[in-house]
Amino acid sequence: MDQNLRELYQEIILDHSRHPRHFGALAEANHVAEGHNPLCGDKVKVYLKVDENDRIADVAFEGKGCAISVASASLMTELLQGRSVGEAERMMGGFLHLVKGEDGPGLDSEDKERLEVMAGVSAFPMRVKCATLAWHAMKAALDGENAARTE
Amino acid sequence: MNAEPKKATSYDVSALRRDFPILSREVHGKKLVYLDNAASAQKPKRVLDAMSAFMTSEYANVHRGVHYLSGVATERYEEARVRVQRFLNAGYSGEIIFTKGGTEAINLVAESYLATRIEPGDEIVLSVMEHHSNIVPWHFLRERHGAVLKWVEVSDLGELDPADVARAITGKTKLVAISHMSNVLGTKTALDEITRLAHAKGIPVMADGCQGAVHGIIDVQALDVDFYALTGHKLYGPTGVGVLYAKRAHLKAMRPYQGGGEMIREVTRANVTYADAPMRFEAGTPPIVQAVGLAAALDYLDSVGREVAAAHEIALARTAQKRLKEMNRIRIFGESRDKGPIISFEAIGIHAHDLATILDREGVAVRGGHHCAQPLMERFQVAGTARASFALYNTYEEVDALVAAVGEARRVFG
Repeated sequence: MDQNLRELYQEIILDHSRHPRHFGALAEANHVAEGHNPLCGDKVKVYLKVDENDRIADVAFEGKGCAISVASASLMTELLQGRSVGEAERMMGGFLHLVKGEDGPGLDSEDKERLEVMAGVSAFPMRVKCATLAWHAMKAALDGENAARTE
Repeated sequence: MNAEPKKATSYDVSALRRDFPILSREVHGKKLVYLDNAASAQKPKRVLDAMSAFMTSEYANVHRGVHYLSGVATERYEEARVRVQRFLNAGYSGEIIFTKGGTEAINLVAESYLATRIEPGDEIVLSVMEHHSNIVPWHFLRERHGAVLKWVEVSDLGELDPADVARAITGKTKLVAISHMSNVLGTKTALDEITRLAHAKGIPVMADGCQGAVHGIIDVQALDVDFYALTGHKLYGPTGVGVLYAKRAHLKAMRPYQGGGEMIREVTRANVTYADAPMRFEAGTPPIVQAVGLAAALDYLDSVGREVAAAHEIALARTAQKRLKEMNRIRIFGESRDKGPIISFEAIGIHAHDLATILDREGVAVRGGHHCAQPLMERFQVAGTARASFALYNTYEEVDALVAAVGEARRVFG
């Protein structure tokens, strides 16, 4: 298996896709949005509970999709726990840079380390939309929209 | 084709592959194993040369000019029309309309034929395995004219029973829209039988032949279908050209599809009158170069032999299917008795997209997803499948490569 493929489907990603963290609907969610990648049928629903200080008290997701989309959603929910809304939006910008193989701000060094596993997606441009789906859904939820799509 | 096809001993696939320059390239450092032919087929040098030669020394706009090149180009374009007529065994060349693709051909029927005949509550019968191109135009009629879509189910093996189609027809039915060959399941429908039953009830039939026209001999007169759509790029021809075959009695009574030059007789400030078919349905400058390419592709396919090629493709697909089934945790979609060279499958526990990515890195090009057949995906309760589809130039070594790559994916995912 070539190096790029090895990086894309490394153990951490396979683990997150098989055992996604924070998987399941959030009863007390006050921000919810769906994400759909019609090209391949990835579907994700992101639930956020944002408190009165604009902190993400809890975040979870449901969905069906390829290993990349599920792993990405799982990693996202781990990272966003307890973060502010502003931080979440900044991190999204950083994540988009990461998966496109670009340099760009948004992720501090600790976040970068934890999301580094997704950097391999940049070698697979056709799969970037799988990786970003959950983040787009998260943003849509925070913006008060019901749905996001990546095509 | 019901009998087990013999491996044709005189079928020289290596020689045929030399006709297709792209097949000798590599992807990701591996030999290209192109198994996405149901999406689109590669082009033989003959097609490339024909288009190039035409553009080099015979090209001009058609129909309108008086000058020499215009006459030559018009001849080539109209020869292409006759070539397609021969390919389909249509009765008249005027029954061949060039469109920009198969999708446009079906939309033309929806807009020019059916839209004027639909009252709210009128019904269109279609199967659950149709491609979106043979679904969405009818949804348009539902949205815009109050048509009702009546869905005919397929069996777990992916078979479509003509009797079920007949049963779906009521006093309100205006059209039966049916695939000649499913792009997902490979199922070849009994189109002649379906048409016979529909006609017995006075209902016309629109056949989507985008896959069906590629594998085997098509005789639209024998089938007696009212409308038959096909697309050039799946037939080893260029993109940008498709064909609608329509019985001339229908064409006579159909309003235009698009308006513009070529399809008119007279235009004044107050009024416009229209040309006869086929010109009435070819507005603007047609896909001239592409039609020339398509004619060359049909010549190429007939030089190989349509039935010989189909037998080879089906034998390959049967081998692939058998070997995939022998692997653990593989599910095959569509095992009809009459099946074209299209294998949709699932490696259980591996999403089609991930599977296709791993196959891609091994040089194996397949498609993963819903294949523009979401109602069918829903019927089989899957988000998507992987699909390997075979053409006249594929080989048994490529079947080996496919199987090996699927094994590799299983090693990665467990």
